[in-house]
Amino acid sequence: MTSPSSGEAVAEPASNGLGWLLEQRVLLSIAVLAVLPWLLPSQALAVNVLIYGVVVMGYNLLFGYTGLLSFGQAAFFGAGAYFTGIAIGRYGVPWFAAVPIAVLFSTCLAALIGIVSTRTRGIYFSMVTLALAQLVYYVALQASSFTGGENGLRGFTVDRINPFGLQVNFLDPVNKYYVLMAFAALAMWFQSRILNSPFGAVIEAVRENEQRARACGYDVERSKLIVFMLSGAISSLGGCMLALHLSIVPLDILHYQTSGMIVMMVLLGGARSFFGPFVGAAAFLILEDVISVWTPHWQLFVGAIFVLFVLFLPKGIWGTLLDTLRVGKARS
Amino acid sequence: MDLSLIIMQLLSGIALGAVLVITALGLTIVFGMLGVVNFAHGALFMIGAYAGLYLASLTGSFWWGLLLAPILIGAFGMLIEFVLIRRLYGRSIDDPLLLTFGLSYILVEAVRIVFGSDGIPFPTPPQLIGVLDLGVGFFPRYRLFVIALVAAVLVVLWLALEKTRIGLIVRAGARDPTIMQVLGVDIGRVWLAIFGLGVGLAALGGVLAGPMRSVNPEMGSLVLAEAFVVTVIGGLGSIVGAVVAGLMIGISISLVALFAPEMATIVMFALMAVVLLIRPEGLFGVRGRTV
Repeated sequence: MTSPSSGEAVAEPASNGLGWLLEQRVLLSIAVLAVLPWLLPSQALAVNVLIYGVVVMGYNLLFGYTGLLSFGQAAFFGAGAYFTGIAIGRYGVPWFAAVPIAVLFSTCLAALIGIVSTRTRGIYFSMVTLALAQLVYYVALQASSFTGGENGLRGFTVDRINPFGLQVNFLDPVNKYYVLMAFAALAMWFQSRILNSPFGAVIEAVRENEQRARACGYDVERSKLIVFMLSGAISSLGGCMLALHLSIVPLDILHYQTSGMIVMMVLLGGARSFFGPFVGAAAFLILEDVISVWTPHWQLFVGAIFVLFVLFLPKGIWGTLLDTLRVGKARS
Repeated sequence: MDLSLIIMQLLSGIALGAVLVITALGLTIVFGMLGVVNFAHGALFMIGAYAGLYLASLTGSFWWGLLLAPILIGAFGMLIEFVLIRRLYGRSIDDPLLLTFGLSYILVEAVRIVFGSDGIPFPTPPQLIGVLDLGVGFFPRYRLFVIALVAAVLVVLWLALEKTRIGLIVRAGARDPTIMQVLGVDIGRVWLAIFGLGVGLAALGGVLAGPMRSVNPEMGSLVLAEAFVVTVIGGLGSIVGAVVAGLMIGISISLVALFAPEMATIVMFALMAVVLLIRPEGLFGVRGRTV
C-alpha cells in the first residue's frame, strides 16, 4: 500500500530500531519542539516554526499523503486566524471557545471549496484551489467591516489565559510558546491518528493509484473531500495559533503567496514524512531570517533554492535524511 | 442607467477580455502540447510589461516595445524550457508546476531589484491617446486598438495552426508525441518552440495591458489567477475555450463593475465554480483529459 520510499514507518517490523523510533513520532516530535526555543537563534523564530509547522503539517496530509497539490491552503490558514480574531474581538467569545469555533467554521469553508475542487483532477486541482483561495482573499478584502480589509484585523489581544485555574501571562514569550505547543501537540496526535487509521491507508492508496483504489471499492471522491476538510481543519488550527500569537491578522495571510510558501515549506522539509513539515518551516524561516540580514531581496534566493530542491532533492531535507538512514540500516 | 453606458461597458469588457484571451492562450497552448502548467506565466506577463516599457523608452517608440518585448521574452522562455523544464519530462506532473512556481519568485524579485518595488506608469502611445466617437458614446482609442490587435493575432495563430505544415506537426504532436517521434519529427524542438510561443503571448499580454493599468512587480499574481480561471472555464488545452471564456470573463467583470463594483473581482471565481459544478472539464474541454 505504501511505497517503499514513503517517509513513514507504518509497515516496518518492530525489531528495526529506526522503525520503532519512528513509531513514537508524536512523542519524539513534541520532545524536539519542546527544546526548539533553545536551538534556534530567537524565540520569535521558534514560535513561527511552531505555527507554520502545524499549518504545513495539515497541508502535508493533502499533498504528501494523498498526492493532491493544492495551491489554496492559505484560505484555511487565514480562515482560522480571521475566525478566531472575529470571535474574540467582535463577539467577546473567550479564547478557549474561539479556537474550536474557528476550526469548525474553517472546516465548513474547506467543505465548500473541497466540493468544487475535488471534482477536478491533476493539474486542474492546483489551478482551481488557487483560484478559489483568491476568491476568499477578495471576499476578505471587500468585507472590511468584518475583517478590517487591507489594514488587517485588530483589537482582540489575549493577554492572560487561565487553564485549569492557573494564571498564565500570555504576553510572556516562553509561556506563549508552551501554550501554543500544546495546540501543536494536539494537532500532531490528531494527524498521527488519521495516518494510522484505515482511512490513512485509503488516502495513500488514492495517491499511489487512483483507478486501483476505485476498483478496490473505495469512494475516491468522498475520501478526497474528507481529507481536504481534515487538512483544512489542521491548517486552520495553525491560523488560530497565529491570531493568538500576533493579536492581529494581516490580510496577506490569505494571499496565494502564502499558499505558495506552504508548498515550499513542505517540499523543503519533505512531503510525506511526519516531521518534515516542521523541518521545512524551520528551514524556510531560518533562510528568510539569515538572508534578509544582508539583502531585502531574500525571495530571490529562496526561489532559487526551491528550484534546486525540485530539480535535485525532491524528497526534501527530512525525507532524504530518513531515506539515507534506512539505506544504511538495510546494508548493515 | 442608459443603454449607451452598458454598450460602452461591454466594449471595455471586450478589451479587458482580449488581454485575458492572449494571456490564457499562452497558458493553454503550452499545456495542450507539453502537459505543463506554467505557474510563472503571470510573472512572465509582468516581465513582458516591464520589457515593453523599457524597450519603448529606449527606442522612443511604443511600437518597437510592442514588437520586441514578446520576441525577447519568448526567447527567454525557450531558455527556461531548455535549461530547466526539459529535465522534468517523465517525472511527476506536479514537478514542472512546482519548478515554475519557484521561478516566479525569482523573476518577481529580480524585477524588484532592477526596477524597484513601486508601480511605474506606462504611457499610452501618442497616436492612440484620446477617445473615438462611436455614435453611442466615446471609447478610448487604445482599447479599440487592443481589441483589433488581439483579433489579428488570433487569426494569424489560427491560420498557422490549421493551414501550415508546422501547424500540422504541432496539432499531431499534441495528440501523440511518441508517434511523431517515430515519424522522424524532433518533438523536443517543437516543444521548445511552443513554450517560447506561450511565453511570448504572456509578454504580449503584458505589454498590451501596460497602458490600461500601471506596471508593478506584483501585477502578475492577479493575472495568473485570472488566466487560470479562463483556462479552467474554457477547458485546458482548448484554444476556442480560451477565447470564449476570456471574453466572457472580461465582459462579466465590466458589467458587474457597473452595478456592484465590489463584486467585480469576485464574479469570475463564482463563474468558475458554477462551470466546474456543471462541467468539470470546462466548456470546451475533452472529458477524461483532465490530467
